[in-house]
Amino acid sequence: MSEIKIGTMRVKAGLAEMLKGGVIMDVTDAGQARIAEEAGACAVMALERVPSDIRADGGVARMSDPGKIREIQEAVTIPVMAKARIGHFVEAQILQALEVDYIDESEVLTPADEANHINKWNFTVPFVCGAVNLGEALRRISEGAAMIRTKGEAGTGNVVEAVRHMRTINAQIRQLTGMDEDELFKAAKELRAPLELVKWVAENGRLPVVNFSAGGLATPADAALMMQLGAEGVFVGSGIFKSEDPAARGKAIVEAATHFNDPEVLARVSTGLGSAMAGLEIGEIGKENLIQHRGW
Amino acid sequence: MMNADNPSAYPIVGVLALQGAFREHRRALEKCGAQTREVRRRHELTGLDALVIPGGESTTIGKLMVSYGLLEPVRGLAREGLPVFGTCAGLVMLAGEVVEGDQPLLEVMEVKVRRNAFGRQVNSFETPLGLPALPGGQPFPGVFIRAPWIEQAGPGVELLASHEGRPVAARQGNLLATAFHPELTDDLRLHDFFLDLVSSR
Repeated sequence: MSEIKIGTMRVKAGLAEMLKGGVIMDVTDAGQARIAEEAGACAVMALERVPSDIRADGGVARMSDPGKIREIQEAVTIPVMAKARIGHFVEAQILQALEVDYIDESEVLTPADEANHINKWNFTVPFVCGAVNLGEALRRISEGAAMIRTKGEAGTGNVVEAVRHMRTINAQIRQLTGMDEDELFKAAKELRAPLELVKWVAENGRLPVVNFSAGGLATPADAALMMQLGAEGVFVGSGIFKSEDPAARGKAIVEAATHFNDPEVLARVSTGLGSAMAGLEIGEIGKENLIQHRGW
Repeated sequence: MMNADNPSAYPIVGVLALQGAFREHRRALEKCGAQTREVRRRHELTGLDALVIPGGESTTIGKLMVSYGLLEPVRGLAREGLPVFGTCAGLVMLAGEVVEGDQPLLEVMEVKVRRNAFGRQVNSFETPLGLPALPGGQPFPGVFIRAPWIEQAGPGVELLASHEGRPVAARQGNLLATAFHPELTDDLRLHDFFLDLVSSR
């Protein structure tokens, strides 16, 4: 009776199950973390700079200072996540040593490896990874990701890319469910994803792990839109602490994620929140500056 | 007690759907033959034969229960004898008290609970648990995720399972609570056990 297993896929993916229907908020210090927890966030993402600042500042964006992450861990009791650069397994080792609850192998930071993502099976701590389509999601899961989020376009306050990615993934899942077994071999080749995972998705009609939405959400309506499109929860980055009243907006987005099918609640919580973050038109950013194309 | 409108029907079990693993509970309960209903607003509590409070973030669930006027009515129903099953965050919500921190609680079960007692996510674990109250005799697959434990229990509380000397499952009359997540496993014995409580009322 004393057999104890840690770091199993069931406990890794299980934490993501517990976050479902919730809002994960980017925070840069203990004060913001407490505001997020008070607003009802189900987890926080500890960062040095939110994506809109990373975008504005330019330069290489790296893992946060461990001191900053500890400060945030001490401030709240909800799970604390942190970002590592794509392929930077040493940053991930450091984050695991800090006992963060989830690592986001994130395109928001500057990639450290342009061919390989982190082998996430080597870690006890679970990983969440971004995806713009089903193939990318399944490649990340095959590397050990226990949670997926659509990438969207971080730091823009513009939900259009998050919508595109969620619709793409769900449309591709629906296509698989309509295929016969013979067609799945070709589908796996085209998706550049392992056949076993493609078969699983075709059979079950969903991803094998939880799928959140991220990248450009700024309002309660944005959160509810993504939930109605099939997201199981949402990440909100710059959208909360770059707005006029982060506490009120954070609480409103939490309520919108729970009551996403209840327009009466959505109307009430959307009222009088002050101005949202200033947004960016995707066309004005220039293709070479889009973050979503990082990762392979 | 079956649904008063249709006494022959299967019991209607509400699953609090504010945040967390409510879908997994619905799936398990339906496999056991219950009807389920997601509960987000107060009026959705009407006519229920039982209620499940799922795992999730107890601070988030507690705040949303207050915002949507669910805390008082659920407390009232639980005190009147409605069967309630809480897992992980649900155990925290049922508790009379938590060690450290102040968050909204239902305060219906005579237990004092320590949140995240087994540590952060890197310490989350699976282990077979002895649960003699269940039929079959084989151990129950215990899935513990940032799990709480029961620090103290009142005289009316029957402890059903423990891990390393810490109580992790308990029953008090119409209330059932576990620190682990039966809804993440294929073992339906705890959900069946709960539905037996419902039908024996």
